[in-house]
Amino acid sequence: MNKGKVINKPLEARKASPLLVSVSAVILGMLAGCILILVIGKNPITGYSKLFMGALSNKRKIGATIGLSTQLIFAGLSFSFAYKTGLFNIGGSGQMLVGGITCSLLAHMLPAGIPRPIYLVIIILAAILAGGLWGFISGFLKAKFNVHEVVSCIMLNWIAYWICYDFIPRFIIDPSIAVKSAPIANERTLRSGIFTALFGKTTTANLGFLLAIAAVVLIWFILNKTTLGFNLKAVGANRYCAEYAGIKVTKSIIISMAISGALCGLAGLSFYCGYSNIMEMGKMPSEGFDGIAVSLLGNATPVGSLVAGLFFGVLKNGKLSLAAIGIPTELADTIIAIIIYFAATNVLFRNFWDGLFKKSFERQEEYFSLAVKGEKTMDQVTPEERKALIKQGKELAKAKKEVK
Amino acid sequence: MWELLIIIVPSAIAYTMPLLMGALGGLYSERSGVTNLCIEGLMLFGCFASAATIVKLQAIPGFSYNLAIVIGIVVAMLASTLLAALHAFASINLKADQTISGTAINMLSTALSLFLAQTITGSGNITVVRAVIRSDVPLLSKIPVIGPLFFSESYWTTWICIAVWISSYFLLYKTSFGLRLRACGEHPSAVASAGVNVHKMRYIGVLTSGFLSGLGGACILVTYAGEYNAGAGINGLGFLAIAALIFGQWKPLGILGSTAFFGLCMTIANIGRILPAFSGIPMAVLGAFPYVATLIALVFSSKKSAAPLASGQPF
Repeated sequence: MNKGKVINKPLEARKASPLLVSVSAVILGMLAGCILILVIGKNPITGYSKLFMGALSNKRKIGATIGLSTQLIFAGLSFSFAYKTGLFNIGGSGQMLVGGITCSLLAHMLPAGIPRPIYLVIIILAAILAGGLWGFISGFLKAKFNVHEVVSCIMLNWIAYWICYDFIPRFIIDPSIAVKSAPIANERTLRSGIFTALFGKTTTANLGFLLAIAAVVLIWFILNKTTLGFNLKAVGANRYCAEYAGIKVTKSIIISMAISGALCGLAGLSFYCGYSNIMEMGKMPSEGFDGIAVSLLGNATPVGSLVAGLFFGVLKNGKLSLAAIGIPTELADTIIAIIIYFAATNVLFRNFWDGLFKKSFERQEEYFSLAVKGEKTMDQVTPEERKALIKQGKELAKAKKEVK
Repeated sequence: MWELLIIIVPSAIAYTMPLLMGALGGLYSERSGVTNLCIEGLMLFGCFASAATIVKLQAIPGFSYNLAIVIGIVVAMLASTLLAALHAFASINLKADQTISGTAINMLSTALSLFLAQTITGSGNITVVRAVIRSDVPLLSKIPVIGPLFFSESYWTTWICIAVWISSYFLLYKTSFGLRLRACGEHPSAVASAGVNVHKMRYIGVLTSGFLSGLGGACILVTYAGEYNAGAGINGLGFLAIAALIFGQWKPLGILGSTAFFGLCMTIANIGRILPAFSGIPMAVLGAFPYVATLIALVFSSKKSAAPLASGQPF
């Protein structure tokens, strides 16, 4: 319908999209990984092929990648949600731990007679409440006492760490291995027949993955289609402006941190009652921090977090195969960290791409004016005509050059 | 009571010094107007760099152990400065979000030091043969009461840290350089209009924070830790340093007090279980104590914040 319509808006050079910026960060991060592999005297191509084969070469490995990605998606989603409200939720690890310990305790202690659907609802709600509480504390301290959420989140991480350190030996210890909890029975976890049928009997992929996808949809809906989401985003964009418009800023901060914490609580559920099924004493899950990476790479959007979570899941699962060829498995984490540094300094890429687009646009403009001898401007013709005229101008310019 | 004090106070001083250096580093950076959340990463990298250097040097037969430690500390400071330069470049030149850049540096430091430690030792843990030996300060340790508490069984790194703190105080408050640096964190355009290069001052602030955090990280290694542990890292000490900076209201005297308080908490958490006075308390309670104390301290100190006005804002 719009075909052949002359555009009235003046034409402008293309701007770099967030996707392009993220992809640039990934490529540069991978290149830096190449350099690191070269530094320790190995072949980067075998390294990377090993990395990706280790994550995706058969259905068992794909299952493991999905199992690992689930937590990353939740954690990334959690960070994105808080980030949209202008909050920096670095306490994902602690929120995961409290969610995990609550669900592990319930899995061991709930009476055996409960039907599985009701049991699942109970532990999902418990994870949401426990993680939400941990996020709520940070949000409350920020809103009421102006305590910087980064510092309070880190403190809460360590408090959760010590709570688990105390609760595991007290309630759910495996007597034969004195530093781990007894494994949770399969029917008490999120593992399910759907996934074992797809990826093999011992797969770590679990119902948490479906839950994560549901959460992505829900969070997208809240952020983009509800008043609550609008209020939260308004507070994130400009706190004072939002306050002036009558939005309760302190309430928004608390709600946002609580929801963010609840999502990490779910990450803890899928990790400790689905992926690993045991809790170790004295171990801080790194997923809480990786969630930041996931979210930043995904441009702090729900769908972006899903894609980035799967990508980092591939890196993290594939890295286990690296040790076989003598490359330390921490390489994958180093690559992730470098990608994040580049994602943080995205101004660099944006300027680079914008500059590139602008240059090519100016060249097109030049060719165009050559073809029409300066009688028309680019926005006065249809796109098809423009393309043809640019081509014509290009040939003219070429001919001119040859004459010279 | 006296016996308890004699055990706790020297340890508390040892725990305080790395925190003090980290917080002082944060002070330089934030006062110049750059939010620095990567103290943890910088300290960890300093800890790793000094461990790797000292182990390599002490393995050379006939090489002086003490010289190895000195070189290790210097290398740690330089390595952390290098990492801080990344943060400075991102936050000053590229005007990136300083919180994200700081987090990226933290992650980079953790992953990179693990990666390098694995390539160097295979296991990821690096233990030095010999750390700094505790000794009594001549003459001063003979003073009654104060002597045994503060001047005996001390590490020589402690005195370096104290000297750095005193000179920082003078540099920041008694020189025109210090005035300019602090002004960059409050009102950079005013400083710029007076003809001072704000970017340069901020670079100095961030690089100094790397330098001091590196010293702090090395102090952890050569005093009480004696080992770079891949799994535990430095247990969030860098974040405690940032909390101490906030609690100390961004002032040198304030952070001396707050780090001493956190150092005391850390001491009780770490050596409490071997002291009879604390033996009835579960280990988890002792372990969580410094963090809970920090949270409570922050609740009372954050309400009227004296944070530099322009901290976190690109110029």
